[in-house]
Amino acid sequence: MLNSGQVIKVGIAQMDVAKLPNTIRTSGLGSCVGVILYDESKKIAGLIHVMLPDSKLGRLESINVAKFADTSISAMIDLLKIEGVQKFRLKAKIAGGAQMFQFTSDKDSMRIGPRNVEAVKQELKRNSIPLIAEDTGGSSGRTIEFDPTTSKLHIRTVNQGVSEI
Amino acid sequence: MAYNQKITSLHLDVLKEIGNIGAAHAATALSDLLDKKIDMRVPKVEMVSFNDMMELVGGSENVVVGIFLRIEGDAEGSMFFILPIEQANRFIRRLIHDESFDFKNPPVSELGLSAMQEMGNILSGSYLSALSDFTNLKIYPTVPGLSVDMFGAIISIGLIELSHVGDNVIVINTSIFEDGVEDLETVRGHFFLLPDPDSFEAIFKALGVS
Repeated sequence: MLNSGQVIKVGIAQMDVAKLPNTIRTSGLGSCVGVILYDESKKIAGLIHVMLPDSKLGRLESINVAKFADTSISAMIDLLKIEGVQKFRLKAKIAGGAQMFQFTSDKDSMRIGPRNVEAVKQELKRNSIPLIAEDTGGSSGRTIEFDPTTSKLHIRTVNQGVSEI
Repeated sequence: MAYNQKITSLHLDVLKEIGNIGAAHAATALSDLLDKKIDMRVPKVEMVSFNDMMELVGGSENVVVGIFLRIEGDAEGSMFFILPIEQANRFIRRLIHDESFDFKNPPVSELGLSAMQEMGNILSGSYLSALSDFTNLKIYPTVPGLSVDMFGAIISIGLIELSHVGDNVIVINTSIFEDGVEDLETVRGHFFLLPDPDSFEAIFKALGVS
């Protein structure tokens, strides 16, 4: 990165917001999906590390909204609203949703990557947020970093090196 | 018994004993396979947050060799055997008599990959059959999968079942290392057993601590 901002780190099932000149990053995405909602003109972005597609699958009374595709995106929209971002200006980039191990099992959790991607896309559509770019699926882990200044998402994998979307 | 609740020190001791017996059998199997002495450390059983789990074994971005399988039957859960790349290289080189073998240098030879897969089969098999004998529970492991990738990307698949009920995981962590090699995190192999939340009751009941 050329700018001298800080890197804001987001853990699994967490979310946070970064403004210019800072960047925002999450590492070791496997079946999880990294969702970036950003406002190009305001140079601000939110990152969510989504773990599961649907909060209704959970068995908890109090849920961690950042964990689920269906709850985290609206929560992030609210968080960005506090920062003065209007919903209609938001765009999205997503990465992740890999299937790390190829084998058959009855457990639905083994297909969680593709299901996470589908659920995120559905939720973006429901909120009329355009999906500008994606790097999803496959069988590789990803570390991603978004720079609100350039609206570029850097993606690092073990075997394919670094790419940018 | 609800997950996160009423886990007493007796319960932790029982889980530690499972890790102890399982890893001891696996270490013996590895030792036979490589014709080399393998040591193990005292098992650790702890409840950690998902993020702390992701930071084990050198952090979520650290590239490791991971064997993963699901356990089904009377008790269910996920099991991992994680090796740092350097240590996996040492084991496989010894096993296939090829000093040039390197997981870091793709395309990785088929022979090396299938040797790693087989090592995973043997070690997880001996861990789990010891566990089954000890508890008298019928458990059926799936065929193990192999991945060489970031630790976080590999281990997170084991957190999916648990994430339906919380943000913490009870992990039975046993590490093994080659005798004569300095016992550092960079060479330690780890067995992680992550029972599903509903399976703790079955395990404790089988061992007479309910």
